[in-house]
Parts: sequence; C-alpha cells; structure tokens
Amino acid sequence: MKITLDTVVKTFDTFRAVHGVSLEIESGELIALLGPSGSGKTTILRMVAGLEYADSGSILFGDKDATDIPVRDRGVGFVFQHYALFPHMTVAENIAFGMKVSKRKRSREEIATRVTELLALVRLEGLGDRFPTQISGGQRQRVALARALAVDPRVLLLDEPFGALDANVRRDLRRWLREIHDQLGITTLFVTHDQEEALDLADRVVILEQGRIVQEGTPEEVCRRPNSPFVTKFLGDAHRLVGPVTSGSARVAGGTVAVPSLPDGQAEIFVRPADLSWGEGDIPAEVTRVIDRPDGRRVVVRLEDGTTLELDMPPETRIEKGDRQTLRVRRAHAFPLA
Amino acid sequence: MRRRVLPGLTLSLGITLLYVGLIVALPLGALIFKAASLGPEDYWRIISSGRALASYRVTVLSAAAATVFNLVFGLALAWVLVRYSFPGKRLVDAIVDLPFALPTAVAGIALTTLFAPNGWFGSWLSEAGIRVAYTPLGIMIAMAFTSLPFIVRTVQPVLEDLDPALEEAAQSLGGSDVAIFRKVILPLLVPALLAGVSLAFARSLGEFGAIIFIAGNQPFETEITALLAFIRLEEYDYQAAAAIASVLLITAFAMLAVTNFLQARALRYTARS
Repeated sequence: MKITLDTVVKTFDTFRAVHGVSLEIESGELIALLGPSGSGKTTILRMVAGLEYADSGSILFGDKDATDIPVRDRGVGFVFQHYALFPHMTVAENIAFGMKVSKRKRSREEIATRVTELLALVRLEGLGDRFPTQISGGQRQRVALARALAVDPRVLLLDEPFGALDANVRRDLRRWLREIHDQLGITTLFVTHDQEEALDLADRVVILEQGRIVQEGTPEEVCRRPNSPFVTKFLGDAHRLVGPVTSGSARVAGGTVAVPSLPDGQAEIFVRPADLSWGEGDIPAEVTRVIDRPDGRRVVVRLEDGTTLELDMPPETRIEKGDRQTLRVRRAHAFPLA
Repeated sequence: MRRRVLPGLTLSLGITLLYVGLIVALPLGALIFKAASLGPEDYWRIISSGRALASYRVTVLSAAAATVFNLVFGLALAWVLVRYSFPGKRLVDAIVDLPFALPTAVAGIALTTLFAPNGWFGSWLSEAGIRVAYTPLGIMIAMAFTSLPFIVRTVQPVLEDLDPALEEAAQSLGGSDVAIFRKVILPLLVPALLAGVSLAFARSLGEFGAIIFIAGNQPFETEITALLAFIRLEEYDYQAAAAIASVLLITAFAMLAVTNFLQARALRYTARS
C-alpha cells in the first residue's frame, strides 16, 4: 500500500508539532522517521495511524483519502513504544484480540490456527499461555508485532520499536524485523531517534527537525551527502571546525583542510573520527587521552586553538598521552557559514 | 535472625501489633467471648429467632441492593472524574468524600427530611405511589449514601493509571468502544471494583446512624440487625446483643475473605512465573 502525505500540519494547543510535511512511501518500502525528541516524528506516525487527526493537509492510502478514517477502520498495525500488551490476557489472547473483535467473523479454529502461525513467525512457539509479565522485553516486543500483524494490516507502524531494549537484544530484533519485512512485503514506517537503527534497518531514512523534513534518502545518500550541519551532526559523531576558505582550502587551527566545492568566505567543517589521519597533513595536535575499545583505540587530541577532536586508530597503534604530531583531514562535510 | 537493611522492623512491628491488638482484636475478642458465654442452644435460639432472621434479610438485601447501585453509579462517577474535564469537577470530586466526613446521624436526618412523605423528594415520589421513608427502600438509600465513596475512591486511581496506549492498541486492532470497555478496561478494573464492593458492602451491613432515622424500625419489616443488637443492649441483655453482633461480624468477615480470594484470582496475571 502506497502512502502519501500532502502538506500535513498538526498543532497541539500552541505548539506546532508538524509543519506542512509531504512524503511519499512506496508500497512495500521500509522507512525510518529519524529525529531528536520534539521533531514531530511520533506525531506523524500517529497521524498516519489515525490516532491523531491532521489539522490540515491530507493522508492518502493508495489513491484513497484516509485523512478522516478513524484508526479502527484504517487497517494499520501499530506497535507501541512500550508495547501496550493487554496485561490480563495471555500472549495467545493478546494476539487473537484483533481477530475476535473484528467485524469479519472468524471461527474459533481459524483464530487458533492463525495464532499458532503468528507465534511461529515471531519465534515464540510454546509461550502462548504466558502472561506479558512472565516474558522478557524482547519477547513482549515480538508479541506486540504479532498482535499487530494478526489483523492483516495494509501498513505496519512502529513507534520507537527497540527503544526500551538493551543493546544486544536490539541488534538481533533489528535484523529479525528486516527479515519479517522482506518476507511479508508490508509497507512499514518506524520512528526512531537512534541513527544507527534507522541506517541499519531502513530502505529510506526521513530526517526531521522541529516538525519539518530536513532530508530524505537512502542510508547511503544521507550519510555521504548530508545537506545541512544538523543532519551531519545528527547522523553521528562529528567535530566542528570553523575557518576562512580561500580557493578550495580552509584555514583551521594552524593548518588547512581541503574543501574543493566551497566558495570563498567563512565555513564550518564537520569531521568524523574515521576521517582523520595521525602523522600526516599540517594541523598540529597533542594527544590528551587514549580510550581503548574492543575494535580499536580512540584518541582524543587538542589543536592549537583549544578545539578537541577524536580520531580512531587500529588496536596495534603505539600512542600515548602527550604525543605531538600533525593531523590530516582526509574527508569532511563543509558548509558555508552564513 | 537475618540481617536487614531497612531499620526499625522490630519497633514498628511491635507497635503495629500492639495497636491492632488493642484497638481491633481486643473488642472483637470480647464480643466473641461474651457471645460464647451463652450455651450453643441459647446462642442458636437467639440468632435464629424470627425477628433476628427478618433483620438479616432486610440488612443483607438492602446492603446488596445499595452495593449494586454504587457499583454502577460509583464506576460511572469515577469514570467521569478521571476521563473528562468540566466546570465544577473539583467540587464534585470533593463532594464524593462528604459521606465520610458527615456524621451518619446527620445524613440520616437529612435523608429522612428529603424523603419523608411531605419532604422535597418524598412528596413527589408519594404522588407516584412510591414510599421511601420507613421502607426497605429508605434503608437502601441510606446505605448507598454512606458507602458511595468506597467504590469511587478504589476505582479512581486504577482508572487514572490505565495506560491510554492500551485503548489505542485495542482501537488500532479494530475494537469497538463497547468491545474495548468490556474486554480491556473492565477486566483491568475488576480487582479495584471488588475491593470497593467488599468495603461498601461491609460498611452497609454495619451502618447504623444513617439508617435508623429513615427506616421506621418496624420489627420484622424495617429493623436492621445492628439496631436489633442495640435494642438488646438497651435491655441490658448483653449476651443476646453480642450473639446478634457476632452474626454481623462473621458475615462481614466471610464476605471479605471471599472478595480477597476473587481479587487474587483476578490479579493472577501479575504473578511472575
């Protein structure tokens, strides 16, 4: 099911949560709405679900205007941030709920068969008789998904689906959600504030700031060509350097950075830890701290003007506090400073 | 003894047990002791006399009716107070506690004045052929009045804590408002409703002050058990009074035990495996 949002606006009391957002989601796509808290991403998701009504603009499901269709008739599966499982029902009863209350009558056997199928799909065979308090967070998350899928939704919507889980479970569930999506081919929209999660999982990432879409594109597009300082910073660790540009080269902290596409004038330059080389280039720096991690060493350095940068080095690197060397910025995202 | 992190167990437990003993258990023990000083035959004769049986019937039926009324009305009131905002909401919320604060005799006199055949409500009702004052209906109204806060105040906090996402989830799964209320909200309120019902019913069984003014107190018709015990007291027949009171006590106790059991059953989903 293709979903189209056309200049959708939502205001709560006096706070404008969503400013004229337009977005097209192709049938079968897996889309991430990514943004910091207060960026309006959850509000957009809830409007697509019909849990909030848009003040103006329209939401289309296929060619049909769904803007005013109430949630119970919209045919969406919604997975809530804290799962919202019915605590007094067993896992199987939770999954069966939608089928039991639906206008379409199903026989008891039909429901039982479908529940068994869904339990197998979410790999929770044998846990049907447990209550939600008796299973782990990751399992609850999967029950919530099975419950949403039980009513054969045309669209699957997930609000911060992995937010409440610990890192390892989160990574597993992410892979698994991707598999389920590929298997079912259902149009899926999920909200997250975790850029890694969005990039890991989605076909396309929509980045929001203060109720507006600031950039959308595949993970590759947004990572390689962020279109603003906000997107650059939001997508991952980035240090900001400021300096004047003359003929494609910026002067920063006693050295230079190549910024070929930039016009002359003040510029802000963002560099990531992996974009820096130690012992090359012409920016003088002193090591202030070395942080060891399983996959390498992160080195914190101070430049002449007091700016602190971090860079990643292989685990074998011999380096310690107090070492002085020069740095080279191999790669940077630079924007003219207005 | 195992070492504990939280201090003051011995002291606080000691004080609590002492007070429970002095304030609750001692008088009840004295009551049972007094009743037990009758022989089994005398005891049985007193508690199964025609007049006593009639008083049980009036008391239990009125209390049951009042509790059912409060179950519906108290749930509705709690619902409205939690779910909606309207002018005067805080006032209504405060008024709910009034039956707790008011001396019950005052409530009884006020209700009698209202419902007497020449009172504000009573004159209207008697035109319609309904008599309230000096009938079991009056007893029921007095009981409903004094026990209303129990159900409202037990259901209200649970309703406030109900996660709105549960209802949204049920809606997104296609549930109608009626289905959501019946299958999601009501089952979650059952433990609180049971607690409220048992308190309200127990209070109604023992209510005295509010009832005696409106009931008319005709033996065999509108005489409640608590009044019968009081009459025996006034006749200096302490043993009979204790015997009749013991029936009330045992009934209330059995009822609380049953609702506790039902509550535990309704809450079984909170148990971790």
